[in-house]
Amino acid sequence: MELFVFVCAAAMVLVGAIGVITRNNPVHAALSLVLTLFGIAVLFVANNAHFLAAVQVIVYAGAIVVLFLFVIMLLGVDRAEDLSTEPLTAQRPLALVVGIGVAGVIIAAIVKSQDALLVRGTGINSATLEDADANIRQLSRSIFSDYVFAFEVTSVLLLIAVVGTVVMSRRQRGQHVEESA
Amino acid sequence: MMQILAIDPLLTGELLWTPLLIVLLKVVVVFVVGLLATMLMVWFERKVIAGMQNRIGPNKAGPFGILQTLADGIKLFFKEDLIPERSDRFVFKLAPYLAFVPAFLTFAIIPLGGDFRGGNDGLVTWFGHQTRVQLADPPIGILFALAISSIAIYGIMLAGWSSGSKYPLLGSVRASAQMVSYEAALGLSVAAVVLVTGTLSTSGIVARQSTLGNWNVIVTGIIPFFIFMVAATAELNRPPFDLVEAEQELVGGFNTEYASLRFALFYLAEFMNTVTMSALIVTLFFGGPQPISVGSTTIDIPIIGNALEGTVWLLLKVLVFLYIYVWFRATLPRFRYDQLMNLGWKVLIPASLGWFILLAAQRVGQSAGWDRYVVTIATALVLLVSYSLLMLAQRTSTNERKRDGVMF
Repeated sequence: MELFVFVCAAAMVLVGAIGVITRNNPVHAALSLVLTLFGIAVLFVANNAHFLAAVQVIVYAGAIVVLFLFVIMLLGVDRAEDLSTEPLTAQRPLALVVGIGVAGVIIAAIVKSQDALLVRGTGINSATLEDADANIRQLSRSIFSDYVFAFEVTSVLLLIAVVGTVVMSRRQRGQHVEESA
Repeated sequence: MMQILAIDPLLTGELLWTPLLIVLLKVVVVFVVGLLATMLMVWFERKVIAGMQNRIGPNKAGPFGILQTLADGIKLFFKEDLIPERSDRFVFKLAPYLAFVPAFLTFAIIPLGGDFRGGNDGLVTWFGHQTRVQLADPPIGILFALAISSIAIYGIMLAGWSSGSKYPLLGSVRASAQMVSYEAALGLSVAAVVLVTGTLSTSGIVARQSTLGNWNVIVTGIIPFFIFMVAATAELNRPPFDLVEAEQELVGGFNTEYASLRFALFYLAEFMNTVTMSALIVTLFFGGPQPISVGSTTIDIPIIGNALEGTVWLLLKVLVFLYIYVWFRATLPRFRYDQLMNLGWKVLIPASLGWFILLAAQRVGQSAGWDRYVVTIATALVLLVSYSLLMLAQRTSTNERKRDGVMF
């Protein structure tokens, strides 16, 4: 049963991920991304991380990709892109090099830490797995006590991003945008 | 391992045929009940609105026109299935299902009955197996409903986009902006409920609301209920928030290009969502299948058993909210778009956030043994100062924009 769930979810993730990079139409690519995110949510559920699965669906599938689609629709770039002409010529070879590099690093990490992967995770108190509320309580306790600094710094980062967006998109007085694109 | 399916005493232990059959039976019953409820809701809405407008409404098919929806459904079924030439065919076909499936999924986590009174946890015994009168009681409980409501945007959004025409696209862009905006307020008011009950599970939330004084609408202090109600109406795209299908401006909104069965699926999803959202309001704030009881006296419906009585109570409570939704539709004029966004971002989200902080402060004060009134007044003062800062910022930016000569 566990293997079956894993194979199905992994297939979803892979099909979605391949779809994201092979589809010419940006909307189709975004939908493939949703498939990938759902697959990951299923994997979370299979590992008893129900809360993470819910957050995965609410935040990533429900908010972020919706915003992607929103931008695609508003800007009207939803026509299939012509990929035969290259805007940045060095882009593809560079992408190939970086891709192979990242894959190599991941494989190296797996090979190196083979023994560590076989050991079951020790950070989780498995007694709380049966009680879902306790699971969430444990998560929130570690976020808001042990890792509260990282948490606050992340929220400050997001706030800076929002303020930055507002400042950049706001027109200065008397300085009207000339081009009407 | 069985936790993947649901936390239900039925599904612990090894997998046997009887539990499997019970689960299948529950799936079928929930599906049929959902469809029937939707069918009756369409009839109910048309009939009540007709009454409010001094008309008769549907009265030909069946007694009181109760079979009108069935007749309409059969008619739609036999209509020609049109796919516009400029549409994105795959997404165009996919979108109705993306709208329809989430509408049904939310129904799965609503406790539809069971005996919750006197500290019972709503378990019933069927064929020698203990189970709940709800399809699934996942550990994430109410978060499931939030996740599904965030998924429901896709159906409407993609329907508008894939139609390859201007008006549906405008409708779907409006829809996605509106639903994303109001989801925050919706989530924050649910968070208030979760804060006071201390559990995410829907059956757990129902079990805590045993008497009238324990209903979450009173425990959370009524404001989260109002916010939830407004935000839910916006999520449902029902009047007065039906800018998505504003027929005077957008022909028919996101589903303009749809015909036949696909249109029927959208229509069904819309009404199904209304039913589930009402049931969700009752579950979260009004005790779900709990009977009305003040102190130790309980209004008991004689003859039928306690577990079945829960279903009757749920039905009665849901009917009240369905009526209120129809009432909204008959009474309130549609919002303007900037009014909608102002209400969502500048009123509902700050209000729900502030109320949530107030509730949290009270709980912290309670466990620390602080004086209740001092905590309330101090929090209220802090909130007042932050809200006036927000208002000041808004006024400044409005003035700036006025000087720049930009509207809104």
